[in-house]
Amino acid sequence: MQVSFKLNGNWVSVEVEPGEILLDTLRLRLGVKSVKRGCERGECGACTVLLNGKPVVSCLLLTAQVDGMDVMTVEGLRSDPLFGALVEEFVRNFSIQCGYCSPAMLLTTYAYVRKVLEGKRRASVEEIAKAIEGNLCRCGTYPRVVRAVASVLSKVMASPQP
Amino acid sequence: MYYKALQVKYFKPRSLEEAIDILTKIRGSKVLAGGTDLLVDLKTGRVSAEALVDIGSLKELRGIEDLGDRVRIGATTKLQEIVESDVMAKELPLLRKAVENMGSWQIRNLATIGGNLCNASPAADTAPPLLAYEAELVIVGPKGSRVVPITKFFTGYRRVALEEGEILKEIVVKKSTWSGWSYIKLGRRSSFTLSIVSVATLISIRDGVFEDVRIALNSVAPTPIRAYAAEEYLRGKEVSLSALERAAEIAREEVSPIDDVRASAWYRREMVFRLTLDSLKSSLGWS
Repeated sequence: MQVSFKLNGNWVSVEVEPGEILLDTLRLRLGVKSVKRGCERGECGACTVLLNGKPVVSCLLLTAQVDGMDVMTVEGLRSDPLFGALVEEFVRNFSIQCGYCSPAMLLTTYAYVRKVLEGKRRASVEEIAKAIEGNLCRCGTYPRVVRAVASVLSKVMASPQP
Repeated sequence: MYYKALQVKYFKPRSLEEAIDILTKIRGSKVLAGGTDLLVDLKTGRVSAEALVDIGSLKELRGIEDLGDRVRIGATTKLQEIVESDVMAKELPLLRKAVENMGSWQIRNLATIGGNLCNASPAADTAPPLLAYEAELVIVGPKGSRVVPITKFFTGYRRVALEEGEILKEIVVKKSTWSGWSYIKLGRRSSFTLSIVSVATLISIRDGVFEDVRIALNSVAPTPIRAYAAEEYLRGKEVSLSALERAAEIAREEVSPIDDVRASAWYRREMVFRLTLDSLKSSLGWS
């Protein structure tokens, strides 16, 4: 069946099987390799994408379900200043070790930072940790991820928003 | 492709009527709401389906509405929408609290409240609050619409009172004033985990006496349940620690847990006592 959706800002139309998950369509048909295959049961979060701006797992989502929707991966955020600032903090805080969970971790934390900024409110370490509960990192970088997020939030909030 | 797609047909009806029509006509068809339980079950082979009927984008099944004396929650309302809803925080804080700790952010953005109920896991986390609130479920099907109280919805292990071709449309909760509420979920870790035992309590106190009490539990019987005998014991009793302890003992006798990978039946029973007591205390504002 034919499915059309917005991928990283551009409409794509792709022929898929009805029972095909978005993870497979992205990796195998559209060449989006930042979206990682992990548990395929919705537990690890490595396959996270932003669906209409919200983080979801792409392993428990049929491509057919996202027809007409907006799908974003890290490839689509390259020129986004807020995303750039977040990546910079991930690097500065050594929040990446092996890197397998990183694209997904960046998408979840990017969505979280945007949510906090849109709500014009303060975040807490507990709340940041809660936001990434669906992203497993077997290197154990969690405290460093939390630090990077806290750091980007304090910097962005102190300066004019990008 | 190297990875095999699920071998199912897919339908995206444009109306509830069309969805019911497809469900009635296509053999082996199943409702797909958020998919976070169903797709796992299809992948692992625990459930089989010939066709999926995606009701996730039907507008009439979405959204939270404050209707004055009651609150309406569309069946395909995402769990995260419940967490972020001001109506929920104000009117149904017990439900909001339970949903907050379900799955992960990524799962809550897909999973629906109706899916959690219809999947009918004994560990369903939306069930204890809705059992306690005595929510009403609006079900539509080929023969029209009917209302089923949630206390009659779970008919057995992973079975619900939905007939062929029927779809859960919405959940309606009458507003009521409670003196206190509490929700406690015990899992193997604190976040993103299945429940070992969860307990939801609502209490109403007048002149130091329990006017009404609701105690609902999951993961301790073939379906989520109410601890009716424990509630009955407390109704009309003066508030005291010994009354709470006796009620928690009664609750412990009302459950029928099993041993599974998460915990033993014995442990669950003990936790029913402990958590019911803690939840009642917490509902009273005792720390």
